[in-house]
Amino acid sequence: MLQDKVQEVFNEPGCAKNQTKTEKERKKGCTKALKPGAAAGGCAYDGAMIALQPIVDVAHVVHGPIACLGNSWDNRGCRSSGVETYRIGFTTDMSELDVINGGEKKLYRAIKEAVTAHNPPAVFVYQTCVPAMIGDDIDAVCKHATQKLGLPVIPINAPGFVGSKNLGNKLAGEALLDHVIGTMEPEVSTDADVCVIGEYNLAGELWQVKPLLEEIGIRLSSCISGDARYREVASAHRARLNMVVCSQALVNVGRKMEERWGIPYFEGSFYGVTDMSDTLRTMARMLVERGASSALIDRTEGVIAREESKVWRRLEPYKARFQGKRVLLFTGGVKSWSMVNALENAGLTIIGTSTKKSTKEDKDKIKKAKGDDFHTWENLRPKEMYRMLRDAEADIMLSGGRSQFVSLKAKVPWLDINQERHHAYAGYDGIVALCEEIDKTLSSPIWRQVRAPAPWAA
Amino acid sequence: MAAMTHIPRVPTSAKSLATNPLKMSAPLGGALAFMGVDNCLPLFHGSQGCTAFGMVLLVRHFREAVPLQTTAMDQVATIMGGYENLEEALKTIHANNKPDMIGVCTTGVTETKGDDMGGALTLFRKRNPDLAALDLVFVNTPDFAGGFEEGFAAAVTGMVEQLVEPVDYKIPGQINVLAGAHLTPGDIEELRDVIESFGLSPIFLPDLSLSMSGRQPADFTATTLGGVTVDQIRSMGASEFTIAVGRSMGSACAALEMKTGVPCRHFDRLTGLEASDAFIKTLMEVSGRQPTGKIKRQRESLVDAMLDGHFFTSRKKIAVALEPDLLYAVTAFLNDLGADVVAAVSPTQAGILDKVHARVVMVGDHADVEALAKEAGAELVISCSHGRQGAQRLGIAHHRMGIPTFDRLGAGLKVSVGYRGALNLLLDVANIFLAAEMDHHGGPHDLHAPGHAHGQEGHDDAAGHACGGGGGGSCGCNAG
Repeated sequence: MLQDKVQEVFNEPGCAKNQTKTEKERKKGCTKALKPGAAAGGCAYDGAMIALQPIVDVAHVVHGPIACLGNSWDNRGCRSSGVETYRIGFTTDMSELDVINGGEKKLYRAIKEAVTAHNPPAVFVYQTCVPAMIGDDIDAVCKHATQKLGLPVIPINAPGFVGSKNLGNKLAGEALLDHVIGTMEPEVSTDADVCVIGEYNLAGELWQVKPLLEEIGIRLSSCISGDARYREVASAHRARLNMVVCSQALVNVGRKMEERWGIPYFEGSFYGVTDMSDTLRTMARMLVERGASSALIDRTEGVIAREESKVWRRLEPYKARFQGKRVLLFTGGVKSWSMVNALENAGLTIIGTSTKKSTKEDKDKIKKAKGDDFHTWENLRPKEMYRMLRDAEADIMLSGGRSQFVSLKAKVPWLDINQERHHAYAGYDGIVALCEEIDKTLSSPIWRQVRAPAPWAA
Repeated sequence: MAAMTHIPRVPTSAKSLATNPLKMSAPLGGALAFMGVDNCLPLFHGSQGCTAFGMVLLVRHFREAVPLQTTAMDQVATIMGGYENLEEALKTIHANNKPDMIGVCTTGVTETKGDDMGGALTLFRKRNPDLAALDLVFVNTPDFAGGFEEGFAAAVTGMVEQLVEPVDYKIPGQINVLAGAHLTPGDIEELRDVIESFGLSPIFLPDLSLSMSGRQPADFTATTLGGVTVDQIRSMGASEFTIAVGRSMGSACAALEMKTGVPCRHFDRLTGLEASDAFIKTLMEVSGRQPTGKIKRQRESLVDAMLDGHFFTSRKKIAVALEPDLLYAVTAFLNDLGADVVAAVSPTQAGILDKVHARVVMVGDHADVEALAKEAGAELVISCSHGRQGAQRLGIAHHRMGIPTFDRLGAGLKVSVGYRGALNLLLDVANIFLAAEMDHHGGPHDLHAPGHAHGQEGHDDAAGHACGGGGGGSCGCNAG
């Protein structure tokens, strides 16, 4: 059953990258075959947690031995505006005896304990490799628990060994579609309700966007899943429009919601001035097309005009300081394209970017805009990355935390632009914050000092 | 050798639901032990997520590149058996990274299937005679048995059993130190200083001070940068003496003694005045030398700090939650200082827990610590960074020790062994209470109830965000 789900997810018509593949390639799925001894990255369970854990009032229970949660909990910066149940790490911590006798009964008791102690509106149960191997049927346990305990207990079937983090994102989306979305009705509903899919409110980014939407008259009725409440996700099917943020992660949710409830979706980004404005425009236009007041469009243009003039003025001081500064950009997919725009807006020169997670469309876009001299890397090895930085081919690297030491040990400025960063870079304020962070590290007095040789070095 | 579940010695939390787990997995401990070996690459035999999580945790704690690879087991390999993945991983690592040694830890996935590691090693050697020079150490570290400290110990025992050779000569002045999982790179550096001051040459197994203390490489390397060399491990049989630090080093110590005949002395802790005295006495005997003036002055400083500091530690109610050996070292030192240890919570069963003195000693999680601390009216929690949420809820101070410590810099360089280390820990703890006392007796605006640790570490976090990292975007907590 899980295999069918995985195949279904692999064959995602909403995914641009997938649609450029041959039938045979598509069947192999979107995860590259992992090479033992030279693989990196998280597993499907990791991806499922990333996608769903930001639902703040749910108890997220991990069924597995200690490694799956014990080594990983409390390590993400998605924020809540209220209840903090999502920050509590729950696991069945399977022992040898559980492996031998089966963990289903323990899982049920664990769910019950979570409900008794924390009274959440729902419990999400995450399957992991070991219980999947010994045949623990979490679907059955969840069904039983739902009946007995009188609240939704949702199985999230994405054990680590089925594939990558990206696959786990998608399987988490499927679980929402199968068990959550459409199961409740919203208390309020307007014709300008939007659901944002694939936004996790890292470092509180959503809150940099939300006030603008509110000013325009767009109501963020639900978010999957940043700062979300279970009820909002369960009633997300009443949104008039869906925005899919990190497209390759949860595009299946956008597409299926369109199929089932006729909700149109668009892919957008909150990063960079132009992309942010485009997103607001598209959102307003599509809502109006669905019957919202056409005044939305005027208000949107008003907000864009004001914000853009403000943001360009705020970016002005950085332009001189960033003159001639070269950036090595390492991030994935749509975001890398968005970031290129954003950073060039601020006067930085991008010397190259990774395209590991980009679609063919993205790559063409980059090529067209940047010409053939622009470097794109499918898979740049850390050793080569280190050499480039040490040989001063770039002034700063922007990437995720994994590669930070490649840059820092080469004594080259580095900034975290991935999901574990501590600063919010979304929206108009976000791009200014990003420039401030880049400027702060570029102009730090430490670089000259740490590069100087020790007194005993020749 | 496998980290088998201990016979319960102290009560275990009766819950089915571990809440805010204190426990980390055994393979992660094994990986850390292998990281103390020079030019080594630890390898998890399991699904890639096992490695990614472990790597993120250690990166966040040490703020260092963490070399760790995976056999990337998928569903099919899991069912059919993982030998092919293991062999491919070993060959790929050899080809790409040229390590001196690969340390392989099993995980829950491969242990549930029951992959035969002994057989795998034999088969690999038979099929790959050209890789005979590559040292391999395989250890069984199922995720569902034991925890971090046991995995670490299993890897150290594995290295002793698989690398050390008996020899018929002695290298004068060379001594072995089996360094338990509770010792930070800073602790090991401190022990090296002290031991060398007696004219002795220590070999630390493992030696994290050379690999995880902020080294600056001349070039990028995918393997460990520094650590004890495989040749040094081989030569441990030629040492005059072995010092084992931490009860968890017991089996490694026994294995080393049996294999080489090198006499071993075991120290359950090196934190505290009497504990350090015993250690120094041993070094005096082994070396036949007197301590240097520096050591003598350090002892005086510790004695002085105990005189000055006991006012602030006596009868203070403290809850402690750490890995077993560290739990013992810290609680015993707190006992030495007259503190009232209201709870001592360990993530796993361990023999050393018999020696832990506290009002409640139990195997549990951070939720248990929080409940016990609340019930007893604790004024301070000592645990890893994960304990900050509970301390914050209780409104009491939180002193970070153990792994992971991701919301304070320099966790790996903290020293709590020897006279100097005990002094550091004493000052850290006493200062928390001193600051609170000064604060509470300080101003007319003080409306807080007694025992409410105003202005302390727990409060630092009140405005913190969910990640609780170090700010500046550099907590490095990314699996990629």
